[in-house]
Amino acid sequence: MRKSCRLWLIVLFILALTTLSLPVFAQDNGVTDDEVNEVAKDIYCPVCESTPLDVCGTQACADWRELIRTKLNEGQSRQEIFEYFARQYGDGVLADPPQRGISLIILWILPVVLLLVGLLFFSRMLARLRKTPETAAAAVASVSRPVDTQVVETAAPPKNSAQDDYLARVEEELGKKK
Amino acid sequence: MLADIGYLSLLFAFLAAVYSVFAAWYGNRIGKPAWVESARNATIIIFFLVLLSCTALVISLVQSDFSIEYVWRVSSIEMPTYLKVTALWGGQAGSLLFWNLLLAAFTAAAMARRWGKQRELMPYVIIVGSFTQIFFLFISLFVENPFARLAVVPPDGNGLNPLLRHPGMIIHPPMLYLGFVGFTVPYTFAMAALMANKLDDRWIRATRRWTLVAWLFLSLGLILGGRWAYDVLGWGGYWGWDPVENASLMPWLAGTAFLHSVMIQEKRDMFKMWNMFLIILTYSLVILGTFVVRSGVISSVHSFAQSAIGPLFFGFISIMFLFSVYWVSKRRDALSSKNSIQSFLSREAAFLYNNFLILAILAIVFLFTYYPIFSELFTGERGFVGPPVYERALAPLFALLLLLMGVAPLTMWYRSSLKRIEMGVIWPALGAAIFVVVLFAFGMRSWGALLGFWIVGFSTILTVLEFWKGTRARMKRGENIWTAYTKLLARNRRRYGGYWIHMGVLVMAFGIIGTELFQQETQIRLSTGESVALGNYEMVFQAVDRYAGPDDLMITEAAVDVYYDGNLVRTLTPRSELYTRTMQPMTIPKARSTISEDFYVLLVNWEPLTPDSATFRIYLNPLINWVWAGGFIFILGTLIAAWPDARDKKVTVAEPGRAALGTTG
Repeated sequence: MRKSCRLWLIVLFILALTTLSLPVFAQDNGVTDDEVNEVAKDIYCPVCESTPLDVCGTQACADWRELIRTKLNEGQSRQEIFEYFARQYGDGVLADPPQRGISLIILWILPVVLLLVGLLFFSRMLARLRKTPETAAAAVASVSRPVDTQVVETAAPPKNSAQDDYLARVEEELGKKK
Repeated sequence: MLADIGYLSLLFAFLAAVYSVFAAWYGNRIGKPAWVESARNATIIIFFLVLLSCTALVISLVQSDFSIEYVWRVSSIEMPTYLKVTALWGGQAGSLLFWNLLLAAFTAAAMARRWGKQRELMPYVIIVGSFTQIFFLFISLFVENPFARLAVVPPDGNGLNPLLRHPGMIIHPPMLYLGFVGFTVPYTFAMAALMANKLDDRWIRATRRWTLVAWLFLSLGLILGGRWAYDVLGWGGYWGWDPVENASLMPWLAGTAFLHSVMIQEKRDMFKMWNMFLIILTYSLVILGTFVVRSGVISSVHSFAQSAIGPLFFGFISIMFLFSVYWVSKRRDALSSKNSIQSFLSREAAFLYNNFLILAILAIVFLFTYYPIFSELFTGERGFVGPPVYERALAPLFALLLLLMGVAPLTMWYRSSLKRIEMGVIWPALGAAIFVVVLFAFGMRSWGALLGFWIVGFSTILTVLEFWKGTRARMKRGENIWTAYTKLLARNRRRYGGYWIHMGVLVMAFGIIGTELFQQETQIRLSTGESVALGNYEMVFQAVDRYAGPDDLMITEAAVDVYYDGNLVRTLTPRSELYTRTMQPMTIPKARSTISEDFYVLLVNWEPLTPDSATFRIYLNPLINWVWAGGFIFILGTLIAAWPDARDKKVTVAEPGRAALGTTG
């Protein structure tokens, strides 16, 4: 893998060199297919369904690829070309939609909110731990005794049986610790 | 004539399904088992009726009876017979009929089982199962009728969509359908348990194997789909986060979460409500997936309103969802559990973390997949989410899941000490670190890849150690290594099958990291005799040939010589195909595969005007074959876990005892 990586880097380097120097010599032929594809693969065909522009076989997509080539040749950056396509055909043609409006809400804010809600929900499922001996025992082990009784008083559920069970287990744990 | 038989038997199946719901309900209400028995027999008759209907359609397809619209749409005279048969699921109406057949088969098989202790569930299983069947039969009868006739009989048909002629695509849909349909069985039993108020884990034990089998087929469908995309679609990849792919990934994810969390209920009698939620979610996603794939709703909201099945499916999903929620809330007291998790480090907590991660992945895939709909609804503009967004959001979650996969087997039920886990992970962590240092020394500088490979290495070592610990324990009793290992597997299929599945996932992850992060590609126009280099490979363009293939096919085939380190290793013949009747093009790649990489060549463009030059697209896909090998191991593991047991009865009896004895892991 190392060999191929290095070779590839060299190829890329030479490519970069040639393309940097080419505009001076040849205005129309300087942009390789690879450079076009590098941009086209993150733009999705506005007509065919979920097909990136670099593999789409239709004539329309071939024309769009030529458009990208022209724009690259004019010295436009990747970002500028994305913006051009977004203006022309809507944000829906970009593989990575710009973070504004609805896409910001649904693709960024909502997942984060959902993750937080999920974390809260699952930690509540785990929070019943407080009723159970191990954490209490851990508290006993790490902190002092009065704190433990306090924990028992505040966190123990009102249910009698559960509390008895709980206390019994705390006692048992304490017995072990001694 | 045949069409009439097909349609009529479908109609009778529909009536039988309606009858079975009624008879099961009535018999249960008045306490007459004979009615329930009759309802059960009806579900088995439904299967034979739908089978008859499918047979009628298949015969019509084979005989090229173009008076039937569906046959005209998906078949043509010159098509080989096997394709005529598989055209049964090559179009909307036919695939819905096929779906009906599989659903009826699963329901009938579930009905024919030994009921034993679960007899109280039977009437409800029939009611819920037949209700789903009624819905799909209704669609086939009145909306997407596969036997609809054409007024004028055309001389020849359209032929099967060329994309569907590949062997991968012939097997892939039935696998997915089997997976989808299979999940209705556990759902049906879950609902029956709710309605009968028998909320112990009997429904889970009764459907455990069904769930695994459904999951097996769904996994197979996903893997085969990926392979098909790689072999036929010609974009150098296997998974594009396409809405249709996601539609089958989502039930798979929910089902995976369910498979893990039911183990907590079996062992600790907890999370009853949660398991109900997961199976309802899985079922809803199955129906939603079926609907999404067919309605075209994601490409445009407007096609939803135009298609007749859109609102129907939406209504059905809503009804089933409300029905499920109603029963869950009605039984919420019985579902609440008296036990609780005792430690953050217990096995049950580990399953909970697994559920959290899987559901987080599911939620994100769901949001991203349906983003186009939200976007169009709120802004009127079609939205789109491409692979980079998915990868960015999901990579950390998948990484955590892989990590958990390695560590979780170290935990024990009830509680495990932190110290014990620390002792367990420290050497594997170091071992994986050494592996990563070696990769670094060989020049790998991608931090993402290094971290990924570390996680894969770490979890792989831990998983192998699980096997080793179990095997060694048996070897101490004097068994040789092979007997010890096979007996270990045979004695605890689900656990060690599960670990084999984990191994499969890890091997796939290894391949996926390799392909995703180190893929190289180039596109170039070559004249004959010219060459291009990529990685250690060099490719020389030799010639192009154009000739007529079978049917209406026009094939353009290039010959290229592939050199590796200067030695000729292979002559590849990538081709582009054109189905002249429909003018649909296909680009068939050819690859030189080795264990370390695929050299994958596409013939992108060739014009008869300039016969001596052609445009090629070449990909170097490192470790891609690990993805397929991992998939193979994965399926093998699932088979180990799900394989029918000759000692089935004994196992259920012996289980509690063994659970108490089972101290490994």
